[in-house]
Amino acid sequence: MNGASVLSLRNVTKQFGDAVAVDDVSLDLHAGEFVALLGASGCGKSTTLRLLAGLEQVGSGQVFLRGADVTGDTASARNVALMFQSYALYPHVTVYQNIAMPLRLRRLSVVNRLPGIRLLRAPVRNTIADIDVKVRRVADMLRIGPLLARKPGQLSGGQQQRVALARALVRDPSAFLLDEPLSNLDTQLRADTRDEIRALHKRTGCPFLLVTHDQSDALSMADRIAVMIAGRIVQVGSPETIFNRPRLRAVAEFIGHNRMNILPRGMAAALHPAGAMHDLGVRPEDLSIDRSGPLEVQVESFAYHGEETILRLRAADATPLRAVLRGDAAVPPQGGTVRLSAPLSALHAFDTAGLRVTL
Amino acid sequence: MIGLRRLVTDLALAGPAALAMMLFIFLPVVVVVVLSFTDYQFGARSFDWVALDNYADLLGSRHGRNALINTLIYAAIVIPASVGLGLLVALGLHAIARTMPRVSAVLRAVYFLPVAATLVAMAVAWQMLLHPSLGLINQWLSALGLPGRQWLSDRGIVLYTLAAIGVWQSVGYNMVLFLAGLAAIPRSLYDAAAVDGAETGWDRFWIVTWPMLGPTTLFVMIVTCANAFRVFETVATMTGGGPAFASDTIVYALYREGFVYFKAGYASAITVVFFGALVILTAIQIVVVERRVHYR
Repeated sequence: MNGASVLSLRNVTKQFGDAVAVDDVSLDLHAGEFVALLGASGCGKSTTLRLLAGLEQVGSGQVFLRGADVTGDTASARNVALMFQSYALYPHVTVYQNIAMPLRLRRLSVVNRLPGIRLLRAPVRNTIADIDVKVRRVADMLRIGPLLARKPGQLSGGQQQRVALARALVRDPSAFLLDEPLSNLDTQLRADTRDEIRALHKRTGCPFLLVTHDQSDALSMADRIAVMIAGRIVQVGSPETIFNRPRLRAVAEFIGHNRMNILPRGMAAALHPAGAMHDLGVRPEDLSIDRSGPLEVQVESFAYHGEETILRLRAADATPLRAVLRGDAAVPPQGGTVRLSAPLSALHAFDTAGLRVTL
Repeated sequence: MIGLRRLVTDLALAGPAALAMMLFIFLPVVVVVVLSFTDYQFGARSFDWVALDNYADLLGSRHGRNALINTLIYAAIVIPASVGLGLLVALGLHAIARTMPRVSAVLRAVYFLPVAATLVAMAVAWQMLLHPSLGLINQWLSALGLPGRQWLSDRGIVLYTLAAIGVWQSVGYNMVLFLAGLAAIPRSLYDAAAVDGAETGWDRFWIVTWPMLGPTTLFVMIVTCANAFRVFETVATMTGGGPAFASDTIVYALYREGFVYFKAGYASAITVVFFGALVILTAIQIVVVERRVHYR
């Protein structure tokens, strides 16, 4: 996994007018690696991706491709593949021509791209035959062979996404950047596509960078996650590290299917002595109803989700809390009080600056 | 019961417009077609059927053919020139709109002025500009050491002068349509083209801009075509079809025959030919081009 760095940003800053979109960001994408760039919308992650691809020029800092400085290079010179959130397929040409476009643009000159020129020149004929082989191979890999003659407008969203993937993969890119690839898909297709993109990554060995606002996409797909908040990368680490040892309170609250409970310092001392000085975070899944638990709370309401039930609770000092019960657990009556406990290993302490403190 | 009520509602909603269309569009067309087979003159008490004589007159006579050919030459210049220039100007203004929004807006207004202005008033201004001895254009030419010309009274030039004015007048309209078309092209397609290896503006134009402008171009072509074949105001106000019918066009001939000489039958035949030609032209454009510009 820790191969040579393929694509990297060094202290890159990008401003649009007065607004700083990307603030002193450094990021490495290593050979064969799958990195997720995770952040809320508007945090600068898409701009970071465009800077890597060469669609935006950096304000300050440098971009490296396999050790070479490519800061001033255009997108096509960097040979980075990018899959767009909107897919950005060319609507006027067929699926085949969409997939062939990157190869035609790179390997045929303007003159040789004219229709009918292959009848006149043998080398052009060979290039076109070679392109044909590549297009059909990648189309078979993504199971869109039968769709090659259609126009993008005749395809479903999932099919269009495969075409966009094929167009990005057809030319052996130096790195593969995906901009929110799953956000336009329904739940079922989403799960399938996650698996598929993972498999595609294994198969091509190409470094992948996934830009997403969805923490579960990042956790389930990536080898490493870079969390971005307000234009800065605040933590980089494995999904386990990001989930279990968030470096900042903001990261802790962002990661996780259910938002982490934060018990303010003072009342948090009920759970752990460190709670006297630090805020304590505990995930709703880690709270359990325990007759002899240290924390007494009132049940405000509950929501049944099938495999789990989410309780909305309120502590004595009015701090709102949430707890997740297994679907088959007995739900306490609304308005009643229960006692909660949490294992020591599930507690996260944060100081006044929001930085993690080791317990 | 409900069916009847719906029928009444439908009739009440669509009826008046349908009736007006029948009365003011379809009926007159039928009358014109019928008249074109007669020798009817305005004010006459009777008429005779002359079968296709009027059509034979139009296509067979020197004057009829002259008007047709003049109109075709005029259209052959005005259509490509005003569509091409309109696109060129739109591309330029669109490109500078981000860096120099003020300049772009001012230029856009300037190009659009001829569209907003009354053509008859503009024709008077053109007449003064083109005046052989007093006009600015000949004065500028002589300042450059070039010979002046009789722009509106030289038989070999007058049609091209009118065509140039026709282009001047329609470039602004086409530009505005193209600008709207350009604004609707998603940025992500240009990004995709850049990532795919389109290095030059030339590549980007042919891969993204031109195909994405297809529907706009079709519309612009149809509108420009119809306007070019309908050329009338400049001819009527500036040349009267002269000198010696050198700038006679179909619609001007139609006006002259119908409203000056009161030959309603002959004028109707011209109208029918003109109408038919426009319908066929538009149909061809839609059938042939439509399939290639709406990517469904």
